[in-house]
Amino acid sequence: MTSALSITRSVAPPRAAFLDFPLGHTTGKKNQPEAQKRLLKNALGAFDELQRPGEIKFLNERWSDDETWREKPMAKAETGSGEPKGDFRTPRLETPQYQYPADQTEAEHQHRNGGCGSCVGAE
Amino acid sequence: MTEAKLAEPVDYIAETRATYDSLGYPPYQWVKSEGQPPWTPVQTRLEEASVALIASGGIYQRGQHAFHFKDDASYRVIDTSVSCDDLRVTHFAYDVSDARTDPNVVFPLGTLRALVAENSLGAITPQAFTFMGGIYSARKVRDELAPALVQRVADQRPDIALLVPV
Repeated sequence: MTSALSITRSVAPPRAAFLDFPLGHTTGKKNQPEAQKRLLKNALGAFDELQRPGEIKFLNERWSDDETWREKPMAKAETGSGEPKGDFRTPRLETPQYQYPADQTEAEHQHRNGGCGSCVGAE
Repeated sequence: MTEAKLAEPVDYIAETRATYDSLGYPPYQWVKSEGQPPWTPVQTRLEEASVALIASGGIYQRGQHAFHFKDDASYRVIDTSVSCDDLRVTHFAYDVSDARTDPNVVFPLGTLRALVAENSLGAITPQAFTFMGGIYSARKVRDELAPALVQRVADQRPDIALLVPV
């Protein structure tokens, strides 16, 4: 599944389903399990329907009546503000970026005796 | 922007090029595949198919190391029996706030479970695989990360694979 049509066309996977939603919502809107299920079922239907290599199924869903999310998609993705200022990109930090501080404590505890086998390339 | 223009899908390649250009950086080199994509016919009905889930949105589970933001080509093995409450999201290139509230927007494990429960889908493989997009070295992805993931996914013996990039 993809929400970045130009990138998908460039990479050219065997099959794709395109959902025209903002980045970060490739498989639906948050907390809408029924809509997510309908969407994913529709996307998986591409396995039956698409017959030509490189074909893309367009999912007929609209994010909202308001189309302003398209105006500065990259700036919004990186800053949350929608307004780029100089190099607005997030710094490319080289240390793990945990969602919660407690995650780091837990990860360090889990790995105190060595690798866990599920963090491949990070141990 | 005009109404008609707003209805067009966002061209992220053009957007990224414009950003790099405005910062005085050399153009970002997007992967462009040549030739016809490979094709493997699906042999199994969806209702009986086992699906492998692979996602690039920076998902990890509690107890695992989080991803970092500079060319992180590591990956995580996610046990698909995990509680969605134990899933975490970290990424530098998209707004993760909705994904942190509901990981199903970038890692549809709960959604796949619901499809299995209603018999629209056969099964989910025991392991899913996650990594971090935004790896600048296409060579690193092509020669190291992708082959490793292909092998891990093949070991799960799925009928179909669902890749969810962000």
